[in-house]
Amino acid sequence: MTTNVKYKSKPLDCWQWGKELRLEAYQDLISGHEQGKLLVLGCAATPYGMLAGLGDFVFLAGEPYGASIAADPPFSIPCMEAYEAKGYSRDMCGYMRNFLGSMYLDKYYFTGGSFPKFDFAWSVRHCPAGHPKWHQIVSEYQGIPMNYIDDETMLSNEGDPQHRIDYVAGQYLDTIEWMEKVTGRTYDDEKAIEAMRNYFRNEALWGEICLLNGAVPAPLDIKSLFALMPISMLRRHEKIATQFLETLRDEVKDRIANQIAAVPTERYRMNMLTPPPWSFLKIFRYLENFGVAFVGTYVYLINSGEVKFLIDEGKVIPATVPEERPGWPEIKNREDLCRTIARWRAEHPFQSHLDTRKKEYVILFRHWNGDAYLLLLNRGCVPMTTSMYDFQRDLQSHGIAVAMFEGNFADCRDIDETGVLDRLEAFLEGQGIHELKEA
Amino acid sequence: MITAGVDMGAQSVKVVILGDGKVLAHSLVPTGFEPLEAAKTALDEAIKGAGISRDDVKRVVATGAGRKSATFADSSLTEVTADAKGVNWLQPSVRTIVDIGAEEARGISCDAEGKVLDFAKNDKCAAGSGAFVESMARALEIKVPEMIELSLKSTKDAPINATCAVFAESEVVSLIHSKIEKADIAHAVHDAIASRVASMVRRIPVENDVALIGGVANNAAIVDVMKKHLEVDVVIPEDPQFVSALGAALSAAA
Repeated sequence: MTTNVKYKSKPLDCWQWGKELRLEAYQDLISGHEQGKLLVLGCAATPYGMLAGLGDFVFLAGEPYGASIAADPPFSIPCMEAYEAKGYSRDMCGYMRNFLGSMYLDKYYFTGGSFPKFDFAWSVRHCPAGHPKWHQIVSEYQGIPMNYIDDETMLSNEGDPQHRIDYVAGQYLDTIEWMEKVTGRTYDDEKAIEAMRNYFRNEALWGEICLLNGAVPAPLDIKSLFALMPISMLRRHEKIATQFLETLRDEVKDRIANQIAAVPTERYRMNMLTPPPWSFLKIFRYLENFGVAFVGTYVYLINSGEVKFLIDEGKVIPATVPEERPGWPEIKNREDLCRTIARWRAEHPFQSHLDTRKKEYVILFRHWNGDAYLLLLNRGCVPMTTSMYDFQRDLQSHGIAVAMFEGNFADCRDIDETGVLDRLEAFLEGQGIHELKEA
Repeated sequence: MITAGVDMGAQSVKVVILGDGKVLAHSLVPTGFEPLEAAKTALDEAIKGAGISRDDVKRVVATGAGRKSATFADSSLTEVTADAKGVNWLQPSVRTIVDIGAEEARGISCDAEGKVLDFAKNDKCAAGSGAFVESMARALEIKVPEMIELSLKSTKDAPINATCAVFAESEVVSLIHSKIEKADIAHAVHDAIASRVASMVRRIPVENDVALIGGVANNAAIVDVMKKHLEVDVVIPEDPQFVSALGAALSAAA
């Protein structure tokens, strides 16, 4: 662990392509209407490939937009203040606060100009804390229709999943009719099926790429994963995203074969469970001075991607797409599509109960060849912070070292940067990891 | 070999000179607005106290919140590691360390060799630190030593519920207006600190022996209530405010 090795390193060959694809998605929000595309707001976990049945569309997932603003404090702070001036409290979802502030200021972050007006909001009930309310506020402010799928995350694993699948699939079918009504468009099942096939494929690809980072040295660092993730998060329904993710996957495999590291001084590997504090990404760069490589975070393995946890075997493997899974039918029509989506979500790790998650965290830690977890007590997201001490104790009971700090993933005013770095330095000292003199 | 440990604390710089396994001298200087100058002054004072010259000091290790600004030091280490090293040298039986300084409180779990096993620290909060005591003493218009004396004479519990030092101060003002005895308010302040620190320390395993260090360990009223909240007896080394500097000096000698 403390052996000092210097690996080869180089930037990703597909880096520039990835950046362009990411920017295109955000630019489309501004030019989409002119091109006859629908603009739809929702949360990142929504199976938004379904929207393709209505024709071309641009989907803005609120969370990555809020995160992007959070990474830029001079833009974020006025957004937070605009949000607070409306009388909302500071302890709500940090992403939402950035998003709504941007809307109230009528300033779109990526390209400047006015904040986009959506045609409607549609989402799964992804977050138990506030995302439905978040989109309701947008709906009322912009005067746009909204609809939600009641499909909560992290439910109990007990009971017959068929009832839940029936319940959720029925809602998706109803939603299609609702979408036709509010847009005046006719829904094309074939287009929706094709887009959702891309969606499933891209999720599995992203999960596979994240799992490849278990190699030593890690071919990707967490900063690169964060930077490329919007492609799998925002363009999951597109063929171009498949082409990019396949290229990235092949390049990652090549880096593994040639021992090309993201962090050339890697000697200690850490993982996270949650998003990082976006205004404080230098935390990762700083810790590289100690030879620390951040390999990945659970939340984006299963939020932008999908993997298969084999709990009893203690393994995690790449996911297959639904139609390639034993016993899953071919998707021939909208009924098949809605039922497949409902079943796919019910079996997705995103739905894991907290007790199952604990096991997944340990499995993932071992797969990623981790030395420690870094946990964030996130003042900007109540659900992500719930049970964090429970997770800490459980991980420690498995002999896993855990560092923890308090902060906010979306509000730079809520982080004591010096204190956090001091805390992490103390943690690493306890692990026998000191700053590399040559770094 | 003679070494020096410099603890660049938020309120004061502490220096310990160590030679041949013995503490030769120590010094304490207010940090003020020029921490580097304060550290140099403290080091000079300690060297003078030890009756040696600067050239006799072979290695200097800095610790504390301002350790990075001690540019004359050969290296640095965090307070957590320094505390564990210092306490282990003084009292090897200690497995849990509670360090309450001016701006920060820490709980540290360590093994028989003084290796840190786990730790917890307060985040962006003064309510569990020495600065809180001083702030509350000002609110009561008394000096800290008098506040300690009064606290130990208290006969009644008065609640301070706020988890924030700023709000707690307004609670103290409310208690004053409610004609609560100063002694009982002083006790409530100490009890509030002990409660917060004990709650934080319990995040790590609290195993005997437990040592209380840092400047606040000199506060008998805090010690009294800390024992109650942690439900254990506590060991208080001589000169508890110098333990971090001692740990740094030991690290320099290693």
